[in-house]
Amino acid sequence: MAQVSSISNEQSSTAKSIILKISRYNPEHDESSQFMEFNVKYEKWTTVLEAILDVKKHFDHSVAVRYSCRQATCGSCGMIINGKPRLACFTKISELDSNVVTVEPMNNFPVIRDLAVKFEKLFDSHQKIKPYLIRDDTELVSDEKEFLQTPEEVEQYIQFANCIKCGLCNSACPTMATDSSFVGPQALAQAYRYVADSRDKGKDSRLKIIDDSHGIWRCHFAGSCSQVCPKGVDPAMGIQLLRGYMLGFRS
Amino acid sequence: MPQDEHKEGVGGMINPTRYGIERVAYLLMRLSGLGLLAYFVAHIYETSNILRGQVGWNEFLELTQTTEGHIFLAIVIAMCVFHTVNGIRVMLGHGGVGVGKPARPDYPYDPASQNYRHKIGIYSSIVLAAVATMYGLAVMFGE
Repeated sequence: MAQVSSISNEQSSTAKSIILKISRYNPEHDESSQFMEFNVKYEKWTTVLEAILDVKKHFDHSVAVRYSCRQATCGSCGMIINGKPRLACFTKISELDSNVVTVEPMNNFPVIRDLAVKFEKLFDSHQKIKPYLIRDDTELVSDEKEFLQTPEEVEQYIQFANCIKCGLCNSACPTMATDSSFVGPQALAQAYRYVADSRDKGKDSRLKIIDDSHGIWRCHFAGSCSQVCPKGVDPAMGIQLLRGYMLGFRS
Repeated sequence: MPQDEHKEGVGGMINPTRYGIERVAYLLMRLSGLGLLAYFVAHIYETSNILRGQVGWNEFLELTQTTEGHIFLAIVIAMCVFHTVNGIRVMLGHGGVGVGKPARPDYPYDPASQNYRHKIGIYSSIVLAAVATMYGLAVMFGE
C-alpha cells in the first residue's frame, strides 16, 4: 500500500518538506495496519494535524482522523506521533526535528479506522469514579449559599480539573499496555480531583471504587502519563497523593 | 468476536526508550524483582543440599567458587542493591512523599512528580548498585 505523493509548486518557497507516514487500518477488512507515505510541505508553525488535513485535501480524503478544536482543548486528536502519544494539533512538525513523521492510532484503545480510536472505555472508567460533586445539600436551592472556597482550597484540585480526556496518559501507561481491567491514570487522577475538592463529600464511596486489584494499586509510578499530558495535569502526582491518603501517609 | 483492544503488550511495557529515566527504572525494577525471586528459589534449593551431609554441601558450595559463580553472585548483588534503594524511592513516592504539590500548571508543563529528587534517587540506585557490584567482584576475584 505504501506510496509517495507530493504537491508541486503550491507552497511558498520558505516551506520545507517531510515524509508523513500514516498508519492505515480498517478492522473490518484489513489483517494488519500498513503505512502510506506522503511528501508534505510545512512551515515553522505547521502542526501535525494540519499536515494530515493537507493529505486529506490533496492526496487521500479517506484518511480517518478525529479532530475538532485545533487548539488542545477538545482532546480529540490524540495519536502516536514518532513513537510517543501527543495531540496532533499541539505538535509542530518543526519541533519533532525529523524528516520523517510517523502517525499511528493511540495504543491501548480499539481502532475504529486509521488514526481514529474508540473512547468508550476511557469514558466508562471516568464515569465509574463519579466525576461530580457529591453532597446532600445543593447550592441551587434559593436559601442556600454558594459553596465558597479559599484560593488555597482551589489550588488543591484545579490542576487536575484541566483534564481534557484526550487519552494520551492511558496510551503511555505501561500497566494499560497489558491489563485490560486497569481503570487507568485518567480516571485515577480525576478521582483525586474530586477527593481533593473541599466541596465534595463523596470521598468514601469514591475510594471504595478505586481500592481494587485493578484500581489504584496497579499504578507503579512509572510517570509516563505525566510526561505526555498536554495540559499539565500530572496524573502520576494525583495518583500518588491519593494513594498516600489511602495508606495513611497523608491526612 | 472479542474486540481487538490494540494493546501495546509486554513489548510496549518493557520498552525503556521513550519516557526518560523513570521508565528505565520501571524496567530495571521489574527485571531485578524477577531475578531476585529466581535467586530466592535457587537459594532454597542450594541450602537444601545440607541434607546431603557435609560432603554434598561442600560439593555444591564449590559451584559458587567458579568464575561463573562469581559473576552470578555479582549480578545478584547488583539486583539486590538496585531493588532495595529504588524500592525505597518508589515506596515513598507511593505514599505521596516527594511528588510535589498541586498547583496551577504553566507551559511547558514540566510534571512536578518527575522532579529532581526522584531522578537523583534513580541515578543513586544505579550508581550504588554498580559500586556494590564492583566491590563484590573485587572481593570474590581478589581471593
